[in-house]
Amino acid sequence: MPLPPFEDVVARHGPTVLRVCRALLGWERAEDAWAETFLAALKAYPDLPSGSNVEAWLVTIARRKAIDQHRATVRQPVPLPDLPDRPAVDRYPVETDRDLWQALAELPFKQREAVTYHYLAGLPYLEVAQILGNSTDAARRAAADGIKTLRHTYLKDQP
Amino acid sequence: MSQPIADEMLLDPLRRPDADSLHRLQERLAHTAADEGLLDIAYRTVDTPVGTLLLAATARGLARVAYARENHDVVLADLAARISPRILRAPARLEPVVRELDEYFAGHRRQFDLPLDLSLAAGFRREVLAHLPEVGYGTTASYTALALRSGRPRAVRAAASACARNPLPVVLPCHRIVRSDQTLGGYVGGVDAKQTLLTLEMAGSR
Repeated sequence: MPLPPFEDVVARHGPTVLRVCRALLGWERAEDAWAETFLAALKAYPDLPSGSNVEAWLVTIARRKAIDQHRATVRQPVPLPDLPDRPAVDRYPVETDRDLWQALAELPFKQREAVTYHYLAGLPYLEVAQILGNSTDAARRAAADGIKTLRHTYLKDQP
Repeated sequence: MSQPIADEMLLDPLRRPDADSLHRLQERLAHTAADEGLLDIAYRTVDTPVGTLLLAATARGLARVAYARENHDVVLADLAARISPRILRAPARLEPVVRELDEYFAGHRRQFDLPLDLSLAAGFRREVLAHLPEVGYGTTASYTALALRSGRPRAVRAAASACARNPLPVVLPCHRIVRSDQTLGGYVGGVDAKQTLLTLEMAGSR
């Protein structure tokens, strides 16, 4: 099977990759990561083996871009602005979403990743484990722990 | 008491469609890709009196004009297989083409002055295509005459086949080639489109 036009890849997987970038990096930095992900993917696309799982491939690239950004932030800490809890209202289209994005952002990174890849990108745990470099069981456990915490922090469920 | 939310549905609010952001990001990607030399084929569509045309260009020039009846998705898949899958909707590269087509359909342009990429045609087919612009605006020629111009007077059938598979209809005017008995003959855009173009050119050349 020859590769479809890259525009089809963007149309089919663009929304998922944007959600993944937002989940891993927050709303503001997500768009740069999305742009870098698809540019890198476009570059490598002609050599993609046929039959590849395109979504898992894109999520892997997005993850690398997100981790690069996290590392860059750690290396060069940006001085905090004077407004420690500046309202993020205008950055989120729906007010109630903000609490959920926030709760997701507060998870330990491994759990945040596992929840994102399985529940937001819809990848099976086998793929999640490959991306995380751990076992299927460990991936499943990380996602379950993440969801448990989200239930507590976001839904205010009793633990 | 409401039902507890299932794990699968907990993140549903984060799946809201965001068409505006994605549209903006696609445009940004198309620009960056072109700047970085990664956009092997740029395409867009344009509405004309002969229907919606697909226009596709490589860095070298216009490589494909396709009628709706050719099925634009099929045409793009074919370009991906034959030239490169690095294809994005990117209107900027096609702007000069759209401008000249607009002028042509308004009756203000008699020939196209655009860089062309003929890599989809080879051998005698390419030779035939190169001779099409010699058949002037508002006139017609027979397939026999076209074969003669192309240097193989007896290859009438091959000349007709080259017209039928012209990757750049309208711009390379295969619509001006008709049967020796003056009936229209076939056309990649359909006989109605061929008639529309010839009528337009008759009016424009008066």
